[in-house]
Amino acid sequence: MKNVLEYLESTVTRVPDKVAYSDGTENMTFAEVSRCAAAVGAYLLDKGAGGGPVAVLTGKHPHAIACFFGVVYAGGSYVPIDDEMPETRVGLILDNVRVRVIICDGSTYKRACALADEHGAEAVMCEEMFARTVTDADRDALARVRRRQIDTDPIYMVFTSGSTGVPKGVAACHRSVIDYIEALSSTLCFDEDTVFGNQAPLYFDACLKELYPTVKFGATAYLIPKSNFMFPVKLVEFLNEHRINTVCWVVSALTMISSTGTFDTVKPEFLRTVAFGSEVFPPSQLKIWRQALPGCEFYNLYGPTECTGMSCFYHVTDELSDGEPVPIGEPFPNTDVMLLVWGEDGGARLAGDGEEGELCIRGTPLTLGYYNNAEETDRAFVQNPLHHHYHEFIYRTGDIARCNERGQLVFVSRRDHQIKHMGHRIELGEIEYIAAACEGVTNVCCVYDRDAGKIVFFYTGTADKRQLTVELRHKLPRYMLPNVTVKLDEMMLTPNGKRDRRGLYELYLKTEKK
Amino acid sequence: MDTILQLLSELHEDIDFEECDSLVNDGILDSFDIVTLIGEIADEFDVQITADKITPENFNSAESIWSLVSELMDE
Repeated sequence: MKNVLEYLESTVTRVPDKVAYSDGTENMTFAEVSRCAAAVGAYLLDKGAGGGPVAVLTGKHPHAIACFFGVVYAGGSYVPIDDEMPETRVGLILDNVRVRVIICDGSTYKRACALADEHGAEAVMCEEMFARTVTDADRDALARVRRRQIDTDPIYMVFTSGSTGVPKGVAACHRSVIDYIEALSSTLCFDEDTVFGNQAPLYFDACLKELYPTVKFGATAYLIPKSNFMFPVKLVEFLNEHRINTVCWVVSALTMISSTGTFDTVKPEFLRTVAFGSEVFPPSQLKIWRQALPGCEFYNLYGPTECTGMSCFYHVTDELSDGEPVPIGEPFPNTDVMLLVWGEDGGARLAGDGEEGELCIRGTPLTLGYYNNAEETDRAFVQNPLHHHYHEFIYRTGDIARCNERGQLVFVSRRDHQIKHMGHRIELGEIEYIAAACEGVTNVCCVYDRDAGKIVFFYTGTADKRQLTVELRHKLPRYMLPNVTVKLDEMMLTPNGKRDRRGLYELYLKTEKK
Repeated sequence: MDTILQLLSELHEDIDFEECDSLVNDGILDSFDIVTLIGEIADEFDVQITADKITPENFNSAESIWSLVSELMDE
């Protein structure tokens, strides 16, 4: 197998009429996904837009996924863009990828047209593409593309936070996605009877966990509408109504259910697999979940976007002592994780027993790097420092970890100013960069209160706090907005003249946090 | 009630919370806001809003949030 479309093509012959993707209201069967994807592929080839990046800007709807596959049919790579992403961010993304076509739907048409005008692209409604009858000539054209496709061709670009204020687009190929999906599926025991309840937005690599195993097995994935995550009882009722048995969610979505006493009112009846990741699951909350669902298996997943999806897993068992942080466990099959201790000279050695080191990943799941950004790619994807016998890239995650007595990996901290907040990976530097460019702002500094999960933002200048907050709301994604904003008369500096993050954090603890 | 208005205006400066009665239906409040509000209300009023009370109806206006909080404080 060398192309992700082979999953879809083999499944559609087996279970054409089964529902592949649904948002609870509208469904698409495998036959429909397959037909629509081929139509999108043929349409793009006709436009001469095959082989390059294509933006997909739609609501969270099954047809978005058919568009993704359609772009791959045309030999290109899809760039998912969320309708709720702020203007500035979408602008930066499109400046980077330079797409010729933006696929949209009725709900995003206006916005897509405006973006297309600005970036010299063309906005096309997916409904128009789906309506195309795929002719024999189209099939030949698609087949010709397929013959030339190889498994190291990129299939998507997803954007993550960048410390210089410019989002970085991680490009992944068929091979790394296939490798990841195979490893994940066997570890979490997905099969044809799996019914996924997807939480992750489609512009995130996290949604690969549901999208691809669904076509691999002929399973079904429900794209749970965002609004359901506001109301825990409604959310659990949605799971029960659709007999959802597998969820891979961010920790905050799971704790919203457990911390509000939802299980006293309603319990998920069909859940058998709960995977969580991206953040530390508070042991007390995990306990509530395990007590409420004794027959369910729980997995902690860990991994950076740069290595396609998840790289490590931990199957939760009773060996965890009370209050012990949940380990990130061990690498997936065909992935290797090394804890490296770097020397001054750029060389490195493996960490000793229990010693902390930087978590570095090697193997097929490594992505192609950052799109149009060789500099950042070279910084993060480096030659394995343990040898120079042949070219072998490893990805430096910037996460510090160690092994516990049981030989399992345990997350310790970050090397830099990257944080995990509400399940999103954020560079505090990106917030600072955007904020510093706002009117009337002189100096800025962000710190993170891990215990309360709050981004604390300090600034100096003439800008009014309220006005500045409104401006940031227009420029930053929702999850990057500071939770606490403090105006200072003067920026606190260290003796070396650098912004004093530690001092500011202590100031915040003393004053703001009461 | 003033505290509720204060908490809400910290989340969205640009909304007139005294008037608006479709905070959820119109998508003004999102899941981040709801989680934040529940936390802030727990701190300010020492009441726990449990899952069965976290409904669109109870969060559609400052008024309805306040009556929910008052009800919980009376218990």
